[in-house]
Amino acid sequence: MNKETILKVKNLNVELNNKKIIENLSFEVKEKETLVILGPNGAGKTVLFRALLGLLPHRGEIQWQKEVKIGYVPTRLSLTKEIPLTIKEFFDLKPSTKNMAMGPKEIIEVLRTVGMVDSEILEKRVAFLSSGQFQRLLVAWGLADNPQILLFDEPMSGIDIRGQESIYNLLEKLREERNLTILLITHDLSIVYKLADNVICLNKKALCQGPSVEVLTPQHLSKLYGGEIKFYQHKHT
Amino acid sequence: MNQFILSLVTGIFIGGVAGYLGSLMVSKRMALVGGALGHLTLPGIALALIYGFDVSLGALPLVALGIILIWLFEIRTKLPTEALTAVVFASGVAVAFLILPSEKTVTALIGDIAQVELYGAVISIILATIVFFVIRKIFSKMVLSNISEDLAKVQGINVKKYNFIFLASIAIIVALGVKIVGGLLTAALVAIPACAARNISRNLFQYTYGGMIIGAASCVVGILLFKLTGFSAGPLVILTSTLFFLISMIFKKD
Repeated sequence: MNKETILKVKNLNVELNNKKIIENLSFEVKEKETLVILGPNGAGKTVLFRALLGLLPHRGEIQWQKEVKIGYVPTRLSLTKEIPLTIKEFFDLKPSTKNMAMGPKEIIEVLRTVGMVDSEILEKRVAFLSSGQFQRLLVAWGLADNPQILLFDEPMSGIDIRGQESIYNLLEKLREERNLTILLITHDLSIVYKLADNVICLNKKALCQGPSVEVLTPQHLSKLYGGEIKFYQHKHT
Repeated sequence: MNQFILSLVTGIFIGGVAGYLGSLMVSKRMALVGGALGHLTLPGIALALIYGFDVSLGALPLVALGIILIWLFEIRTKLPTEALTAVVFASGVAVAFLILPSEKTVTALIGDIAQVELYGAVISIILATIVFFVIRKIFSKMVLSNISEDLAKVQGINVKKYNFIFLASIAIIVALGVKIVGGLLTAALVAIPACAARNISRNLFQYTYGGMIIGAASCVVGILLFKLTGFSAGPLVILTSTLFFLISMIFKKD
């Protein structure tokens, strides 16, 4: 694995309940790259993330850069209303930030990065946040121990358009400011053009992969989603 | 030592830790499991009362057996835990009533803290203290895995291991709890103080330690009332916590 490669996946196969979910997937992610994983529902996108994180049994090779710090933002986490958890306490649940002795100042700092700037934010209850705010909080939580790579599973699901836009801006900002490598799962093609360096079109297998401008042809997309899909890239001048 | 003081101190420790552990059980929607496990202890309590040994000693193996059975049935049948808990605990109650002499029935069902002996009290206090520190140690990991198992695992938390420790702690507290409230009322011992604390707390810290304080206070007031009125201590402890719960609704935060 060369120095710049942060993740190398070779012949990855994942089977769940005797059903093949991912077949012979191979790819590499370089440092500071943004890789988007695109695909219809049930294509195995989340399964791929969970396999990469070591949460699922798999065959094949998943090789992370040595001692790499990974941040993970899962999709559609339910807000637990049963527990009266404050934002400060939510951060305290994270073992790695606890070890870093992350104080209120550092937490406020990372919350500011994701655009949460309320002065009494730390005592706010997690359960009272809107879904967009909660998504931001999860990003901040994922960033709290300064990971080099962020795995981001459908950050837009359940968020209104305005919220979506700001989450994208946020991702863009993070990439610039923190030199983050980003792996992003999404359905949303507009994002891919804006953010992605590389794309994997996943539907069990990789139907196409490579630089986004090259691989996102109408032919590939209709193969991926089935049927006619046209998407015209907006070129800003 | 004065029997009353002994009962009171034992009650404070068991009730307090039950309230503390209860906050975690309520947030995992497991409060009624505490009750089912309590019912399951009845055959053990029955044997303890017949042969004159400590009721918690009789209760503990049965709770452990119950947890293992539920776990095994779950693997084998894939039925929901809650349904299997019903199967197991009802069987426990049935066995208890086959062997339980009728004059011991009330004690088995609602407990009798006044019967606690010095060695039983000391062991209860030590065990409750150990459970408290164990739960305090695993608390944040349990809450995180409750929010998302994946997030917890990515953080290197061994969710299965902590779930097992959690279940073992529940088993011990239920077995100790039957001393105060018998096999019938253990759900209340873990659930009501936590629910009351939940109503008046603004954050996790207030919730968990509120549960502990209300649990301990319920035992103090209940046992004092028992001393004054002569009614059974178990129901008085539970009704005291119910009163705390009702009061907490007046001051509900959200």
